[in-house]
Amino acid sequence: MTTTYAKKHVNLLNIIENKKINTQYFILKVQAPHDISNLLPGQFVNILVADTRHAFLRRPISIYDIHPQERTIDLLIQVVGEGTHLLSKLKAGEQVDILYPLGKSFSLLESGKIALLVGGGVGIAPLLFLAKKLYRKGVDVHILLGGKGSNNIIETKNFEKYGKVYIATEDGSQGERGLLTQHSILRKSDFDMIYSCGPDAMMRAVANIAAKHTIECEVSLENMMACGIGSCLCCVTPTKSGHQCVCSDGPVFNTKTLEWNK
Amino acid sequence: MNTSKLKLAVKIGNLEFKNPVMTASGTFGYGPEFEDFIDINRLGGIVVKGTTLNAREGNNYPRMAETPSGMLNAVGLQNKGVDVFCNEIYPRIQDYKTNIFVNVSGSTVEEYVKTAERINELEHIPGIELNISCPNVKEGGMAFGTSCPSAVAVTHAVRQVYKKTMVVKLSPNVTNIADIAKAVEAVGADGISLINTLLAMAINAETRRAVLSTTTGGLSGPAIKPIALRMVWQVAQAVKIPIMGMGGIMNSTDAIEFMLAGATAIQIGTANFIDPSVSMKVIDGIEDYMKRHHIQDINSLIGGMLQQ
Ligand SMILES: Cc1cc2nc3c(=O)[nH]c(=O)nc-3n(C[C@H](O)[C@H](O)[C@H](O)COP(=O)(O)OP(=O)(O)OC[C@H]3O[C@@H](n4cnc5c(N)ncnc54)[C@H](O)[C@@H]3O)c2cc1C
Ligand SMILES: Cc1cc2nc3c(=O)[nH]c(=O)nc-3n(C[C@H](O)[C@H](O)[C@H](O)COP(=O)(O)O)c2cc1C
Ligand code: FES
Repeated sequence: MTTTYAKKHVNLLNIIENKKINTQYFILKVQAPHDISNLLPGQFVNILVADTRHAFLRRPISIYDIHPQERTIDLLIQVVGEGTHLLSKLKAGEQVDILYPLGKSFSLLESGKIALLVGGGVGIAPLLFLAKKLYRKGVDVHILLGGKGSNNIIETKNFEKYGKVYIATEDGSQGERGLLTQHSILRKSDFDMIYSCGPDAMMRAVANIAAKHTIECEVSLENMMACGIGSCLCCVTPTKSGHQCVCSDGPVFNTKTLEWNK
Repeated sequence: MNTSKLKLAVKIGNLEFKNPVMTASGTFGYGPEFEDFIDINRLGGIVVKGTTLNAREGNNYPRMAETPSGMLNAVGLQNKGVDVFCNEIYPRIQDYKTNIFVNVSGSTVEEYVKTAERINELEHIPGIELNISCPNVKEGGMAFGTSCPSAVAVTHAVRQVYKKTMVVKLSPNVTNIADIAKAVEAVGADGISLINTLLAMAINAETRRAVLSTTTGGLSGPAIKPIALRMVWQVAQAVKIPIMGMGGIMNSTDAIEFMLAGATAIQIGTANFIDPSVSMKVIDGIEDYMKRHHIQDINSLIGGMLQQ
């Protein structure tokens, strides 16, 4: 994983747009007061949901895309509970309190290498920015997206800009029918790296497949967090070097370093 | 009134604090985590993460649950042990111009004593906070803080080896907190800090399982503030030594309420997670309050709650 130091900020950011994708997903576009060109794929932000005693802690959300010229950050969010529901109601012109940039990024393959990006559900969020960076470096990018049904397959047009997209749905409404981890592309073994984000069980299955083909594999974990900056030790995952914080040592981990069975 | 003349300094034992605002153990890392957001040297003090003689991995994930106006944690004193603290962490933070307290914990009296002895050697650490109130470890921790004889045993033993400022951190999970406070005062504590987290739990109705891997954990945040305030007030009535008050402090108004109840200093915990720059806002807010109320010396606020 890439370790670059970027100063963290806690700021009220202007909301430029809140775009509804369907009943479950929306994209929040926020504008930062200063340069954001050093933000990296895999890093995340921590959003304060105002005016609720239930969503008391900040909500960690991956950086979906950035536009350095406009200093805007796109956040792809799925409504799952009160916090994300309240965020979905925010409007252009309002402000939102964001702590960023947090965590370490995916490591970026060199030009000429082949990458497979595997995203389940809202786990696709950190992968678009990654696909963009890899594509611009000259990496051959392949992207496998999966979900329960076609409602969960979103933003494919955006991903197609940076690589070849493959789709799996459990109900067969789009792409190959079945679990994402059963998709035929995962039988190919010529990838230099598999990057994955999604439900825990999915990432474990992807990591096993990668290990079988001796392909390097990086996953982005989504543990529950309190601070997001490595100060509370609430978000740990077991690794070969003991408990590590998903927020500051991750969220991206090479699966070789994880002790997933502890 | 001239702001530059506002007196914010307070004293605990022989130790002077430039102002009463501190950060609470386990919620502030060791300090560097917050350097991007605040000027650490402006704080009255910081209390670093609970430190034990040997390294501890802490409890299994999940160790955190969000609850209405608060959170549960069951970190279980994960730390790299006192040697790593002294050799690797201390050199990184020793030049902070604020009072650094090490929060000391253990499973046996001997462990507390050995850890305190090591910390006693560190020139730039003016004090320890003896944690006899951690609800998240199987042995020791809170067990020491819930009965007078065991609280006395640890405090007395550490007092023999630790020569600088020693504050004892009490558990709210007791019937009469004033009794414990009096008992540790009698064996040489320079101050009392309270409250640590309240033993609590959360269940996920959908999965029918406890949210925390340990089933129970410690509740912190604004949900516990009224209880903390009551306990600070009770202890202030019972002892002569100063108090560091904490529990749910989110802003300067909360901080002032703790001082009015009898706290000499206050610690900010969970609020650091919501706003990593909150401690600076609390200092600013206290200054504003003093100006508005024409208070020159903050010491006149301590225990300054008016009678009905
Ligand atoms: C590093 C990181 C990056 C993330 N990136 C994104 C993203 O880009 N887009 C997005 O939509 N979501 C993302 N998540 C998940 C997101 O943080 C949670 O969905 C959100 O906090 C839920 O808040 P809520 O108040 O709506 O739901 P709550 O009412 O708090 O919870 C509803 C349900 O969501 C689950 N949940 C709550 N918090 C989390 C969490 N931290 N991780 C996983 N599940 C959780 C709970 O188990 C619960 O069943 C990310 C999480 C992490 C840790
Ligand atoms: C994640 C977390 C870790 C903590 N770790 C410690 C610790 O190591 N030692 C200790 O004495 N108290 C610890 N505490 C307790 C706090 O220092 C404080 O007493 C308590 O949280 C109440 O204050 P608050 O409501 O402002 O957070 C911890 C609290 C939290 C939330
Ligand atoms: S969320 Fe606090 S250490 Fe990771």
